[in-house]
Amino acid sequence: MQVLLSTHQLTETVIALAAQLAKKYPELKDVIFVGIQQGGAIIGNDIVAEIVKLLPGKNIHYGQLDITFYRDDIRKEILAPDKMNLPFAIENKRIILIDDVLFTGRTIKAALDALLDYGRPAKVELCVLVDRKEHRQFPIQPDYVGISVETTKSDKVKLVNKEVVVLASE
Amino acid sequence: MQLSTRHLLGIKNLNKEDISLILSTAEQFKEVLQRPVKKVPSLRDVTIVNLFYENSTRTRFSFELAEKRLSADTINFAASSSSAAKGETLLDTVNNILSMKVDMVVMRHSASGAPHFLAQHIPAAIINAGDGINEHPTQALLDAFSIKEKTGGLEKRKVAIIGDIMHSRVAQSNIYLLKKMGAEVTVCGPPTLIPKYISEALGVNVSYNLKETLEWCDVANVLRIQLERQNQVLFSSLREYSLAFGINRKLLDSLNKEIVIMHPGPINRGVELDSDVADSKQSIILQQVENGVAVRMAVLYLLSPQTP
Repeated sequence: MQVLLSTHQLTETVIALAAQLAKKYPELKDVIFVGIQQGGAIIGNDIVAEIVKLLPGKNIHYGQLDITFYRDDIRKEILAPDKMNLPFAIENKRIILIDDVLFTGRTIKAALDALLDYGRPAKVELCVLVDRKEHRQFPIQPDYVGISVETTKSDKVKLVNKEVVVLASE
Repeated sequence: MQLSTRHLLGIKNLNKEDISLILSTAEQFKEVLQRPVKKVPSLRDVTIVNLFYENSTRTRFSFELAEKRLSADTINFAASSSSAAKGETLLDTVNNILSMKVDMVVMRHSASGAPHFLAQHIPAAIINAGDGINEHPTQALLDAFSIKEKTGGLEKRKVAIIGDIMHSRVAQSNIYLLKKMGAEVTVCGPPTLIPKYISEALGVNVSYNLKETLEWCDVANVLRIQLERQNQVLFSSLREYSLAFGINRKLLDSLNKEIVIMHPGPINRGVELDSDVADSKQSIILQQVENGVAVRMAVLYLLSPQTP
């Protein structure tokens, strides 16, 4: 098992991402942060907590999105859904989607499908902790990247116990 | 996590984990039904036939809506307007429909065991929407979902099932489910409408006294008298039944607590429930109907075909 980000490096990376976002949206006006279940929601919690520290007193909107019902490989395996929590109107808002690992782009495609069932946002941006960009299967690119890594396609890059690791390929 | 079964024939065949999985999945579908777009693409490559050999309003609409909210293609079959009226057998009808590439069958039938028979002979997933006096599993699941939503859980809840227990598939499915989930159940009605050995067979309390039962319970699930299934005289008149087992406002107000009133529908107002009870804020009858769509979406989603 190879460690891509140790716990300490992960915290540093989250702080850097939060700083970028806070700099771009200092008033947080019309901005909604959305973590994708499950890894993206964990990283989302951390990023949002850092933004709160950087922008004290500002009202921050943060929700979680589950893509289970929108997966394009649903016939391969029926999975139990995770919690969806978007208690705000997203119409004309700027949405920052947050995920832990960007790989083929299929999760983000599903997340966009799910998001659009809640309304028509003005803009959607993508923030990822780890980008495995050479393996994209859809034309999807992140706007904010923690680290960019080179991996082989069969590698499994996961967030495990506050570390980002490469699990042995199958 | 997946269901332990390919079909939903009855609650009897489910384990506690299956029931919990269906109820937690239904919670997420209930959220879907609150969105601007009340629809997900999960079953867009699935075709479902609704085979109704017996009349239904709520259950048929609820299933059809659940299927549409999941983006499935649906076809509807009513026995009265089909070739079944020309003498075609159940198995022939279903095989003909399946040859048109149908993936799932939702069936209601007046014969107990009809969906079990079908499950032995056809490859498609079968969901029992009520078979004779045997089971009505999705009704029990939506009742459980509604009890859980209203009271916070099922374990140790005291649920009374009141009325025609003998002829009620809703009662049987509810008893199986509530007992599996750790609730306490009392059935209450006239002795002629309660099966003799139900206490030993299903582990429920039996009471012939409505007031005592209502004093005991947290939730009262009130059933309709199924005159269409009774071929002998089991009580003297609906009026007499109503005097002994009908729930009215005065009776509810005389209790030392506020209980939850449920009814699977259709209600015979003035017989088992008075209007000022059925329409009161203690009643969650319309929430049950609303929850029915989410629960059926969960069942259809979890049983939808997999092609690994």
